[in-house]
Amino acid sequence: MSRLSRAAGRGEGSVIGGKLALQVDPQLAGRLAAPMTVALVSGTNGKTTTTTLLARGLAASDLTATNKQGANLSSGLAGALLAQPDAHFAALEVDEAVLPWALTELHPDVVALLNLSRDQLDRLHEVRATALRWRDALAADPPRRVVANADDPLVVWAVDGLERLDHPDGDRPVWVAAGLAWALDSSACPWCEADLVFEPTGWHCPSCGRARPTCHYRLEAGSVVTADGIDHPLGVALPGRSAQANAAMAYAVIDQLGVSTEAATASWGEIRSIEGRYQHVAHLGADLLLHLAKNPAGWADLLDLVEAGSGPLILLLNAQGQDGRDPSWIWDVPFERLAGRRAFCLGERGVDLAVRLDYAGLDVELVSDVDQATTRAAAVAEGRPVDVIANYSAFQQLRRHLAAAS
Amino acid sequence: MIGIGLVRPDLLGTYGDGGNATVLARRLARRGIEAEVVPLTTGATIPTSVAVLVLGGGEDAAQRALLADTALLRGVARAAERGVPVLAVCAALQVLGTGFEIDGRREPGIGLLDVETDRLAARAVGETVVVPGADTGLDLGATLLTGFENHGGWTHRGAGCMPLGRVEVGVGNGDGTDGAVSGRVVGTYLHGPVLARNPALADQLLSWALGDLVPLPDLDIEVVDRLHDDRLAVAAGERRFTDQVDRPDGSGAARGLGSTLSARARAQIDAAVSEARRRRRSRGASPGSS
Repeated sequence: MSRLSRAAGRGEGSVIGGKLALQVDPQLAGRLAAPMTVALVSGTNGKTTTTTLLARGLAASDLTATNKQGANLSSGLAGALLAQPDAHFAALEVDEAVLPWALTELHPDVVALLNLSRDQLDRLHEVRATALRWRDALAADPPRRVVANADDPLVVWAVDGLERLDHPDGDRPVWVAAGLAWALDSSACPWCEADLVFEPTGWHCPSCGRARPTCHYRLEAGSVVTADGIDHPLGVALPGRSAQANAAMAYAVIDQLGVSTEAATASWGEIRSIEGRYQHVAHLGADLLLHLAKNPAGWADLLDLVEAGSGPLILLLNAQGQDGRDPSWIWDVPFERLAGRRAFCLGERGVDLAVRLDYAGLDVELVSDVDQATTRAAAVAEGRPVDVIANYSAFQQLRRHLAAAS
Repeated sequence: MIGIGLVRPDLLGTYGDGGNATVLARRLARRGIEAEVVPLTTGATIPTSVAVLVLGGGEDAAQRALLADTALLRGVARAAERGVPVLAVCAALQVLGTGFEIDGRREPGIGLLDVETDRLAARAVGETVVVPGADTGLDLGATLLTGFENHGGWTHRGAGCMPLGRVEVGVGNGDGTDGAVSGRVVGTYLHGPVLARNPALADQLLSWALGDLVPLPDLDIEVVDRLHDDRLAVAAGERRFTDQVDRPDGSGAARGLGSTLSARARAQIDAAVSEARRRRRSRGASPGSS
């Protein structure tokens, strides 16, 4: 069935297979997952990277089922389990809105909660509403264990209800100081709505006194430091701060499952790209370096990387369902830091992007397709790599286009 | 140096409306007038250099937190009384009104606009087109306003203010109008950000602020004009989901709001788009276009 749907050009086979399977048997995912040790990963940013590292790390010890290409709705989860029914582990990334379903159906052994920030607000409406859905779902179907990013107050709030629960097999949340790229969606205290204070040592509320919990794992310069003070190098080759944060979360999950962290981290150095991200592609005389950024928090991480270069940029912006239909968030990204750079804009909302970049002081040109953008960028690149940054559906289109051209 | 005051970007920045302040500052700078965005944080006093105040949309919790910032809100009210133009989007429109509802409880607003807000039956989300009212005091010519709304507020206007305009596509206040205008205080539900999509509205606020001291030359930024026209054209062809445009009393679907655009509205938008394209063609590739 998977081969058929791939051959029919309908995209990822596991999604269609999973969708059909769930229609035939709605409990199928739960039954497939029951004998497996199941770890779920959710959050606004870093799901795919964290899950990739987690799956690779677990696979170093035993057969692991995982969802590919960000297929993180119920159909994608079912498809992933269906593709590896004999797996010992399942490492699954889960859409923020699908987490309640996954908690009910899959009874995970561990749930990793990364962060919550603005994304697809036309679908999810408010960041806080997503945090509330998590909080309710975690209280209704508590997983055996939660590994949560202590640096994100909204995540801590969502898990807070769980701390007061006495799940028979349950433990208290395991906290990871993984950092927070974007604090503007949690500037008001989730408990009392006073202004939170963010300091290098963590956040706290001067009004109700809540503060970052004491952490079991702390990310520090490419390593995880455990509560006993021992430094465990992560060995991640991927660039950027967020990849390190994602690795810290994956490390904590693997450690909590009692699986070898040495075997896991040893496998991470070989990972050079995640579903096309950070990948170099030679195309029409340009050295394209591909990035995905789909919301302000993602861009906040990426700007440091892009700012370090000096070459031209190609930016693609779409506004399909999974991107969010309102790209106003591009005004939250401090593109002014790239003032003076050449930028070629395209995509369904390339015009919105061009306006934003024009006001930010970049040298902007609207182009009609990837090949035109590449040719124009190659002409001014002078051998430098061309950073190509796209949001979700634009990134998938870009990869398909480059794959077809190669 | 002219300041564009951005009120509590930490609370009122959820929907990208901080871009309104950026657009105002950049449109002054492009005309050779030094300008900067001045973020106004907790308890801030508003510097006299601030010529325009901008407030954006935020979440319910942030709305309550904003109300607690009484010193800053008093400053906003005093500035408005001095004649400083104020743009208030979405949640800020509600806070500037007389009162609004969160979680079934009424919170008092600061009363700069004579509007009272309770809840729509279904959240209003999508592309929105507003025909500016003729008697608001805003000089926008024949421009249609385009934006993206995303809110659950049903805003009832009192006698003390005009609506910003009539809603052609979308929900707006919930009664066929959008926003409120009283003197130089302008409220709207439009995100986008609204000033990025509607440069005429940006320049109106700047003209109010600078008076006749500094006449504003036309800015000719090709992509900005194109964004405005593109979004109108899309709205004209867009079919919005009925559950997202139902009027609070459930009449939306019955009135055909949830289906395709009325022939009248489509004709009006088409005319506006082709007029804008004609204008651009007649200008040709003028210097300064990007």
